[in-house]
Amino acid sequence: MIHYLLGILLFVIGLYGVLVKRNLFKIIIGLIIMEYATFLLFALVGFREHGTAPIQPGVAGKVFVDPLPQALVLTAIVIGLGTTALIAGLAVRIYEKYGTLDIRKIKKLKG
Amino acid sequence: MVNSIPLFVVIPLGCAFILPVIGRRWERAGDLFANLVTVTLLGLAIWSVRFIRETTVYHVGGWGAVNGIPIGIYLVRDGLSIFMLVVVNLIAFVATLYSINYMEHFTDKTKYYTLFMLMLAGMNGVILTGDFFNLYVFMEIAAIASYALVAFGTEADELEAAFKYQVMGSVGSGFILLGIILLYSYTGTLNMADVGRVILDKGTSNLVWFVNVLFIVGFGLKAAVVPFHMWLPDAHPSAPAPISAMLSGVLIESIGVYPLTRIMYNVIGFDGVLSNILIVLAIISMMIGGLLALWQWDYKRLLAYSSISQVGYILLGIGLGTPLGLLGALFHLFNHSAFKGLLFLDSGSIVYSVGTRDLREMGELDRRMPITSKTNLVAAMSIAGVPPFNGFWSKLIIIIACIQAGRYGVAGWAILGSILTFAYILKAERYAFYGKAGRDLADVKESPPFMCVALIILAVICVVAGLMLLPNVRETILFPVVNTLTSGTEYIWRVLR
Repeated sequence: MIHYLLGILLFVIGLYGVLVKRNLFKIIIGLIIMEYATFLLFALVGFREHGTAPIQPGVAGKVFVDPLPQALVLTAIVIGLGTTALIAGLAVRIYEKYGTLDIRKIKKLKG
Repeated sequence: MVNSIPLFVVIPLGCAFILPVIGRRWERAGDLFANLVTVTLLGLAIWSVRFIRETTVYHVGGWGAVNGIPIGIYLVRDGLSIFMLVVVNLIAFVATLYSINYMEHFTDKTKYYTLFMLMLAGMNGVILTGDFFNLYVFMEIAAIASYALVAFGTEADELEAAFKYQVMGSVGSGFILLGIILLYSYTGTLNMADVGRVILDKGTSNLVWFVNVLFIVGFGLKAAVVPFHMWLPDAHPSAPAPISAMLSGVLIESIGVYPLTRIMYNVIGFDGVLSNILIVLAIISMMIGGLLALWQWDYKRLLAYSSISQVGYILLGIGLGTPLGLLGALFHLFNHSAFKGLLFLDSGSIVYSVGTRDLREMGELDRRMPITSKTNLVAAMSIAGVPPFNGFWSKLIIIIACIQAGRYGVAGWAILGSILTFAYILKAERYAFYGKAGRDLADVKESPPFMCVALIILAVICVVAGLMLLPNVRETILFPVVNTLTSGTEYIWRVLR
């Protein structure tokens, strides 16, 4: 149970970073921490005590680690790579336009 | 025809792959291919309406059930998915038609169409999928493409809006993925129908409630329900007009409202507490969205706030949970895509010809741009709820459903919301088309032909959509769609059969 709670704690730390930090790249790091907390949690969900790798043939009755979350986490990591690359690219372009990474100074849009 | 189901994802995805390859040499390739794809998909979606009473399951890669337990990814086509497919592909068709002329003054049309096709593939996938993780993947495809499309102009405010949109969108996706993980840990399966079956067997627990909350926050962020709406008024106006029409018209509904409805009704099971949460969120959205729209001078920003308010109506009908409420909600969803798509395309025509989004600088456009102003009038009357147009019928049904369910206070809020809608749309109409011009507009001309054709198509739909409520027509189109939701967890047995 404790490792699930730690995963959720990591998720909340990431969320804190997104909501509180003022620097564009620190916000992005917050997002990444949030993402990886969910991946970690997903891998933990598939974990079994004393389980082995799920690829050995001919050992029926043994305890296996659930392979499904591992496969899905791989997919999710690739998606995370795409979003991170895009948002980092956006942050660089914003820096070129505004000359700052402080979100308090980037506020053309309001109302 | 089971085999037509994956085509909704495969065709746009294939087009997104081919376009960058051939678009380098042949600039018009994007116009041609994107329009061909959307016409084909629209035709396919309308052809699918004949199966609206059936539930068809397509097993991706041929991986069916083993001992009654699904192991592969399922694509499920039932009444609700077909209805959503028609809505999404209709607006996509009109938006690509409109893009032919409108996107001329942007630099790279091929990349634009590539992203557009990716977004379309993602949305169609979300609508058809019957698997939680697949839902997440398709949702991210649509969302990432839309982040890039919002930033497509790469000016300062567009980049800022896209950044804000992506931060909020990623937080939403994080919540949704967390919910999916917890649901997997509780049920040990990712197939929606199978998850529903396990929850029926095991009963709900606190964990399922926590997952419900995570989904409401996550999909609420995607649908811009009020406490989570901050990104929408920045993101939707900053995108090019056809994309604004897609985002406000169908994206917030297909990756926000639709999955929430599907999960609440068909998988987890709808009850009184969820109903109250949705109704409260809906009323707040209607009021705050409407009030903030009244303050705006930027035409597209006003429309973006109005989207928040109209999504409130859809959620209200869904939250009521009665068959009449659901009928109103789904019909309003269709109407909202039509009139909000049309309003955003009209605002795009104004930007194209006049070069401004500020209402104070427009005026007298009814003489200079007759087609834009007439179609805009049709859309404005629809959204304001003037009788012969479609928006009137759906709002009327929702209000009647509130009264029928005995919630008179909620009905009062809905009526107040429609008065607000009338007020802000009248303001836009008056300043943009009839008021005195803020500056010299003598050389303003009507927009090019493809844009006008797109506007006229949507205007005709706004006028005739009310006919869907005629007896016989509603029994064949709308009632089966409502049935897929009111039959609740029977969805499980129709899919697992």
